[in-house]
Amino acid sequence: MNSIAAEQLKTLKVSIYRYDPDIGKKPYMQSMDIDIPKDKDIMVLDALQLAKEIDPTISFRRSCREGVCGSDGMNINGKNGLGCITPLSEAVRGNKLELRPLPGLPVVKDLIVDMTQFVDQYKKIQPYLITDKKTDGKEIPQTVEDRDKLDGLYECIMCGCCSTACPSFWWNPDKFLGPAALLQAYRFISDSRDVATEERLDQLEDAFSVFRCHGIMNCVSVCPKGLNPNKAINEIKKMLIKRAI
Amino acid sequence: MAMNGKGYLDASSLPVKEFDGIIVGGGGSGLMAGLQLAQSGMNTAVVSKVFPTRSHTVSAQGGITCAIASADPNDDWRWHMYDTVKGSDFIGDQDSIEYMCQEGPATVFELENMGLPFSRTEEGKIYQRAFGGQSKDYGKGGQAERTCAAADRTGHALLHTLYQANIKAGTNFLSEWFAVDLVLNDSNQVTGVIAFEIESGEAYFLKAKATVLATGGAGRIYKSTTNALINTGDGTGMALRAGLAVQDMEMWQFHPTGIHGAGTLVTEGCRGEGGYLINKDGERFMERYAPNAKDLASRDVVARSMMLEIIEGRGCGPDKDHCYLKLDHLGADLLHKRLPGITELSKTFAHIDPADHPIPVVPTCHYAMGGIPTNVHGQVITQQSDGSDKIVDGLYAAGEAACVSVHGGNRLGGNSLLDLVVFGRSAGLHIEDSFKQGIGISEPTRENINESLKNINRVNSSKEGENSSVIKKDLQEVMQLSFGVFRSAKNMEEGIQEINDIRERSEGLYLADKSSKFNTARVEALELLNLLEVAEATAICASERKESRGAHSRDDYPERDDENWLKHSIYFKETKEVSKRDVNFRPKIVQAFQPFARTY
Ligand SMILES: Cc1cc2nc3c(=O)[nH]c(=O)nc-3n(C[C@H](O)[C@H](O)[C@H](O)COP(=O)(O)OP(=O)(O)OC[C@H]3O[C@@H](n4cnc5c(N)ncnc54)[C@H](O)[C@@H]3O)c2cc1C
Ligand code: SF4
Ligand code: SF4
Ligand code: FES
Repeated sequence: MNSIAAEQLKTLKVSIYRYDPDIGKKPYMQSMDIDIPKDKDIMVLDALQLAKEIDPTISFRRSCREGVCGSDGMNINGKNGLGCITPLSEAVRGNKLELRPLPGLPVVKDLIVDMTQFVDQYKKIQPYLITDKKTDGKEIPQTVEDRDKLDGLYECIMCGCCSTACPSFWWNPDKFLGPAALLQAYRFISDSRDVATEERLDQLEDAFSVFRCHGIMNCVSVCPKGLNPNKAINEIKKMLIKRAI
Repeated sequence: MAMNGKGYLDASSLPVKEFDGIIVGGGGSGLMAGLQLAQSGMNTAVVSKVFPTRSHTVSAQGGITCAIASADPNDDWRWHMYDTVKGSDFIGDQDSIEYMCQEGPATVFELENMGLPFSRTEEGKIYQRAFGGQSKDYGKGGQAERTCAAADRTGHALLHTLYQANIKAGTNFLSEWFAVDLVLNDSNQVTGVIAFEIESGEAYFLKAKATVLATGGAGRIYKSTTNALINTGDGTGMALRAGLAVQDMEMWQFHPTGIHGAGTLVTEGCRGEGGYLINKDGERFMERYAPNAKDLASRDVVARSMMLEIIEGRGCGPDKDHCYLKLDHLGADLLHKRLPGITELSKTFAHIDPADHPIPVVPTCHYAMGGIPTNVHGQVITQQSDGSDKIVDGLYAAGEAACVSVHGGNRLGGNSLLDLVVFGRSAGLHIEDSFKQGIGISEPTRENINESLKNINRVNSSKEGENSSVIKKDLQEVMQLSFGVFRSAKNMEEGIQEINDIRERSEGLYLADKSSKFNTARVEALELLNLLEVAEATAICASERKESRGAHSRDDYPERDDENWLKHSIYFKETKEVSKRDVNFRPKIVQAFQPFARTY
């Protein structure tokens, strides 16, 4: 941001979750006042950068600053979202901004969580195309309609906002695959070029992988890309049930 | 060895991890190289300071340009080559351009076979759209449609597909590890890198017989850029500190359509789909500057035209400091289908829906054509005192960090993604081959390793001084003011002076936070040192290149000067001097394209 004259600034109260395993102190909320522009709506990530200018020890992840890399999923005033595309006008209530790490995953430091479990669940669904289609050095043909089926699925940025808002994932992060991984499972099942649907369904058949989803819909309400993991999960459930009868 | 503010890192106690090959970078180029090596069964690691899918490649929008002959069955890679040579303003190396354009189609089809969800044509083929600087039949056949697209999320689709393929291949990732400096032995061979695991703060010597720098761009040297916050030119900084050459650093692309005020990009694909630029009078001004290609002229040409409109008082908005990109005439349906990401970005960052209102845009720093010079196999080249090339044993570079020079003075849209996958792959192939034949790299000494620890030890032991974020802001300001779209001798001289002062201040850089675990302040301090190297190289090369070519445009030398400057510029950190290097005019299959006046 540009440097701005003092009269064009106002104060925002920010409260940030702090934890450093090396210091041996329990996690605590650090409050600070930051100066933000009066008539420009900045993003939560911008506010966080301003806070870091005051206290450089505050740690968080960020990369693209435009909502496509999935680095800065965090809990913003109680709701999971991406710092970089959540404007203060949307997030701030009563002139307060409270920032916490994504819930349910181990905290590494401050707003940074350990994503290992999340990524492991993703890897379990075999997140790659399995195909035996002949190509003779060209593309595997796909109709426009078949390609349209991937819209709303392939755009996932692996930010983790959904899975860490899902109570079923909190209780069984090792067994329940969680909305993000299941969305990707369905992305490959839906791909007309993929031939491993049966194999994929076999893997999802147990009581936990899919069926722990109770349709609580938190995943849908937080997804910053407007995706609908619940719908994908329901489609998988339908396919599994159909197969069983 | 943990970095916690107590004591220096020293070779005698630094743990070593040994690999056959290491790849620094998990973007498109790094993942392509990684895939190649993992499939060959070598013991490799991909090192990335962010989780791979957070790399900047994920932001690429419009597509990957390649003559796959989907939109036009007669399309020919030679036409693509012609466009690329012309686009480069004739300082792209023609052996590399030929290799890229010819190898491209097989690689793009392979990406599709891996699962990349390209948009489709009615016949079920990969969808291709028009991009700037594209022509049929060597410029004689009108506008071509050659950019293969997955809606306007091609980079996301490509990066995730490559990450997925690497999972399948069992690639070993060192994710959220930061590479600090190269380790060279007494024969100036590269033996690996110093790096630390960001989460634990533990530093290591990652030893390898082949090291690939695939560290991406450095757009953060400018105040306003389309680049991610992590694009800090780390690989280029490492190469410069290791005493190696960098090439064509003055050549920075300014993308015509960065969102005014935010810097985020809207793809050239918008104009490819039929959008166009207007000034405050609603005039489609590109018709005046480029009567044939209009809004799809090369990026350097469009960016300069926009700046002229603004300078001459025909800019839009209360401060007349931007132009408008008009898309509403394309209709909400097309925008939804072909440009959904752009619609999202405009709503978020410009608060407008492009289906109703034009997007405020301004030329914004976007891409580094220059970088670490390599040959077509990704092998890094440096220049000897007699001006001849020398291959640096053990070191490779690929992607935006490299300068194999397919882009020369100006990159064509969609050619970067192609560059990543073609040359990421070729580096991997060469490493694989060299391994089979046996690589002779001798051991580094303790002194060699300690030499490479100097930089990080200095930062870790800093006792007082300025915070890196303050110095960074000042640096970005200077670059923005003095090394933008139009350059003048006086501005550049002042800019170089200011960068000098900033370098002095950076000697007193202070890292207040000495903690070990996930210390992002340490990462940012080290990144600043890399930005500074890139910025200084840019500044000095810009002032030395006394002509206007491609993206480099100066008011005191407004013409291209083929007699003196049909050359690459080469820069070293120690001497801060610029020398010249021949451009390659020896393609293997076609006849070389000779320079001609570049009009669109
Ligand atoms: C907004 C935008 C849109 C674009 N759209 C297009 C397009 O449509 N078509 C096109 O062809 N090009 C496009 N480009 C350009 C293109 O996306 C980039 O040039 C390209 O993605 C760079 O890829 P890369 O592999 O070189 O590096 P990156 O993808 O930037 O990856 C760099 C990697 O290096 C790692 N790294 C860096 N430093 C260190 C370090 N010190 N230690 C460890 N790891 C490190 C990072 O973690 C990352 O994994 C676009 C660029 C931008 C900014
Ligand atoms: S709908 Fe299912 S996956 Fe989504 S939050 Fe609820 S339980 Fe979790
Ligand atoms: S589905 Fe949405 S919320 Fe979940 S990881 Fe993907 S992008 Fe994030
Ligand atoms: S920084 Fe990339 S999603 Fe927010």
